[in-house]
Amino acid sequence: MSHLLKVENLQVSFKTYGGEVQAVRNVSFHVDQGEVVAIVGESGSGKSVTVQTVMGLIPIPPGKIKGGKITFSGKDITNLSKREMRKLKGSEIGMVFQDPMTSLNPTMKIGKQIAEGLIKHQKLSKAEAKQKAIELLKLVGIPNAAERYNQYPHEFSGGMRQRVVIAIALACAPKLLIADEPTTALDVTIQAQILDLMKDLQRRMNTAIILITHDLGVVAEMAQRVIVMYGGIVVETGTVFDIFERPKHPYTWGLLESIPKPDVKEKKRLIPIEGSPPDLFSPPKGCPFAPRCKYAMEICVEKMPGEFKISNEHIAKCWLNDPRAPQVEALIAAGRE
Amino acid sequence: MYIVKRVLTMFLTIWIIATLTFIIMKFIPGDPFVSDADVLPEEVLQNIRAKYNLDKPLPVQYALYMKNLLMFDLGPSIQSETRDVNTLIADGFPVSALLGLQSLIIALVFGLLLGIVAALNHNRFLDYAAMFLAIIGISVPSFILAPLLIKYFAVEWKLLPVASWGTWAHSVLPSVALATTPMAVIARFIRSSMLEVMKQNYIKTAEAKGLSPIAIVVKHGIRNAILPVITFIGPLFVVLITGTFVIEKIFAIPGLGKYFVDSIFNRDYPVILGTTVFLVLFL
Repeated sequence: MSHLLKVENLQVSFKTYGGEVQAVRNVSFHVDQGEVVAIVGESGSGKSVTVQTVMGLIPIPPGKIKGGKITFSGKDITNLSKREMRKLKGSEIGMVFQDPMTSLNPTMKIGKQIAEGLIKHQKLSKAEAKQKAIELLKLVGIPNAAERYNQYPHEFSGGMRQRVVIAIALACAPKLLIADEPTTALDVTIQAQILDLMKDLQRRMNTAIILITHDLGVVAEMAQRVIVMYGGIVVETGTVFDIFERPKHPYTWGLLESIPKPDVKEKKRLIPIEGSPPDLFSPPKGCPFAPRCKYAMEICVEKMPGEFKISNEHIAKCWLNDPRAPQVEALIAAGRE
Repeated sequence: MYIVKRVLTMFLTIWIIATLTFIIMKFIPGDPFVSDADVLPEEVLQNIRAKYNLDKPLPVQYALYMKNLLMFDLGPSIQSETRDVNTLIADGFPVSALLGLQSLIIALVFGLLLGIVAALNHNRFLDYAAMFLAIIGISVPSFILAPLLIKYFAVEWKLLPVASWGTWAHSVLPSVALATTPMAVIARFIRSSMLEVMKQNYIKTAEAKGLSPIAIVVKHGIRNAILPVITFIGPLFVVLITGTFVIEKIFAIPGLGKYFVDSIFNRDYPVILGTTVFLVLFL
């Protein structure tokens, strides 16, 4: 089966006064029709740059796609002209941004902001677009949609605005929705509502979602597959079960150890990952996580690990999975008992 | 309630300004008839002074003036026998207002255009070119620009009349000369606020909708970038329509600004007070 979105060996860098930042280095992943894929990783790991490249939102220059291939619906979109890319944006691929407080135009009516995309892509008349926009507002759970159509963003709360942003992204029923930390800027109760809404809409419209998040709880809740990124590369990818139950990369272990667990009886401190992410101006030639890795070996610093296939869907980029490496997992398991 | 409050403050402001103007005006040495003092006999001067109440003590003059002001009578002009200050303003203001309005439109249209072009080509040739023009517009005073315009457009190429007032063609050169500085200021304003706006998240949202660059700039960019300029247009409008002395003098235009300044040289007390109060009314 061909994938809805396929990213192969994507390399993106930015020219700055300080030099060239290699934000994304050889990232490959795929998303299937109707699937929710989560991308996790700390700030600066290249998550946002990856999806913004897919969306064609990277300013070029200073940004530059140095290599790789992006295929969407069987079509190579890596070097699409801006005009052709615009046909795709908003109609085939929708995007929800992080901060709903600033992602709506303060001087334009909410309804108009939704209708805009419809008029552009589906060639609806103004009246039809208005009708559709009101339906969309109802769909994302905004009461009094017809009245709300004529209101401005400042009359909406943060959660309501994020609903509007979702309505904008889903207006033309895209095949793929990219959600860049959609709940980070919202408070916890609203986060749950927004996630429920996205899940519900995803099921109804059979939209594939790429969900970027810091929150592993959200990942477990929403996603079928997980991509773990670190220092501009994908360090591990697999099903949610693979990542949570049998992770094969020390960085994923670290991420999992730093989530609070409600069922722990004894008072145990959270274990942070020590150190800071690599300098992407001159990324290390070996594994980017090696300097922070408790299990780092000599080879880790010297040579970038290849992809170790654990199972069909589960891939980890870590030398520990080499048959010649010490079996640290067994040691850790022993240590836990 | 709000309106009532604003109207009351307006009257208070006018009163304070009129009083201050009155006091400062009387500090200017001499009176409207100093230049006549050599030729006219003392008795005649006395009589003329009496006619304009200038022989009375200052508090009385002040009270008389305030009384007339309350009845919207700005008094007679001392220089001009036939016209009082009210007709002077009625004659001069439409001229200045037309000139000012035209300049405002020129300044806005070209200022916005320059600013937006500069912002969208940030740090590229068009940006530098537009900002070079803007800096010239700000630094070259209108009394240098106006003679240059006259020299080329009127004298050498004979496209437009040199000066004076009458047909619409007469108003072109002074409008352009008057518009240059505000245009440059607006261009710089728009450029910086446009640069700021284009970095905002809602521009990314608009891009993600697949809108064309023009739609993004017009519907999402300018609408937000124009806000600081709108706040600036209010006072600018007043300055432009109430007449500008330099331009009106150079082009010999019978506008308000010319009377305003002439009245000070002639110590034409009622005209000074009248034009000042009229200006305050707009501010």
